[in-house]
Amino acid sequence: MEVPILKQGAVLIATFQAALSDADLNQLRMGLVQQVVKFRSRAVIVDVTAMDVMDSFASRTLREIAHMIRLRGAETVIVGIQPEVAFAMVQLGLTLEGVATALDLEEGLAYLTQKFKNAD
Amino acid sequence: MAKREVTSKDSGTRNNPGVELVRSEAPSELLRELVAHLRQNRTQLREEWVVRITETRLLTAMTKEEIFAEATSVYDSYVEALETEAFEALQAYARNLSERIIPRGVETHEVVGIVLLLRDVLARSLFAKYQTDFKKLNRILDAYEPAANRIANTVAVGFVQERERVIRQQQEAIRELSTPVLQVRERLLILPIIGVIDPQRARQLTEQLLRGIRTNRAKVVVIDITGVAAMDLTVANNLVQTVEASRLLGATVIVTGLSPEIAQTLVTIGVDLGKMNTVGDLQGGIEQAERLLGYKVEKLAEPR
Repeated sequence: MEVPILKQGAVLIATFQAALSDADLNQLRMGLVQQVVKFRSRAVIVDVTAMDVMDSFASRTLREIAHMIRLRGAETVIVGIQPEVAFAMVQLGLTLEGVATALDLEEGLAYLTQKFKNAD
Repeated sequence: MAKREVTSKDSGTRNNPGVELVRSEAPSELLRELVAHLRQNRTQLREEWVVRITETRLLTAMTKEEIFAEATSVYDSYVEALETEAFEALQAYARNLSERIIPRGVETHEVVGIVLLLRDVLARSLFAKYQTDFKKLNRILDAYEPAANRIANTVAVGFVQERERVIRQQQEAIRELSTPVLQVRERLLILPIIGVIDPQRARQLTEQLLRGIRTNRAKVVVIDITGVAAMDLTVANNLVQTVEASRLLGATVIVTGLSPEIAQTLVTIGVDLGKMNTVGDLQGGIEQAERLLGYKVEKLAEPR
């Protein structure tokens, strides 16, 4: 299932609908990295609220997305990681270091708004 | 032919009347006799038992009247269990007794001790009664001993089970009470940890904190471990995991009150201090959290 990428002002929002295959994740990565420059976005929010499992591939892909987007001149925030998922992730050593996180979409947007304000 | 066989068998039994007599006196009959004897001498034997209890300094937590009242009901249930060979009533009584006397500091050895004393007192009275008939005494003891042993066993097991149940209950209560996640300001939680942390408790702490972060929409969490004297490597790693998992939910964790020993442990396992935000004491931690959340606390006047 393809992940839709929505444009909201200077932010791109990708919302995971359910557990994704590796191919979907690769496609999402390419889509985000291309569109972030195309739309001159300043940030990307990846919402994983619907994911109730996060395997090592998904976790690594999220980190790669964040780092690639940084290289393309924007910032990434991962939002909506469930408590159980977070617990399982750290036990597997998947801590998404270097990637910003927030409780949910609202928090993520508030975080970015604050950040944009400070930068301007 | 067949008739002859029967006759010879009959005569064989008649030739050996002593053996037959022993077989015919079933243990239950002996027990009945025994019970009748114990009922008859109830007052005297009970009295003797209580004296022995006091002499051996058992049940010191109870008054003399209480010991007497308890002795009466134990004696009666004991005799009843001997008579009916039904141990359920005795078991229930043992549990009930334990429930009443455990909170008063009665120890396991005391409970087992009084039951063994009673066993001894009764056995002595049997010796006295049948001293002239040694064979009969032997048979009576054959019937009495197994039943008495089972009673002692039942009471001891009942007592220990009750004790274990109380301990389990308390452990659960402590576990539940021991991990409060408290909101002190909007979006600021504190998690004071007191006592020993084992891996199970560490896991529970983490789960409760993560749920708390979600429900309270917390942005900053202060974990205060002033009350934790030491932690081993596993628990220290759990703490680091808690910090990382909280970050995945978008919350910053500040750890306060690290003792020198814990600091040593964390250094030994090589914790990435970039991930860990630590402040000396709880007050400092809360002040830092307020700064992160954009609060400014000001004193308006001197306290009256």
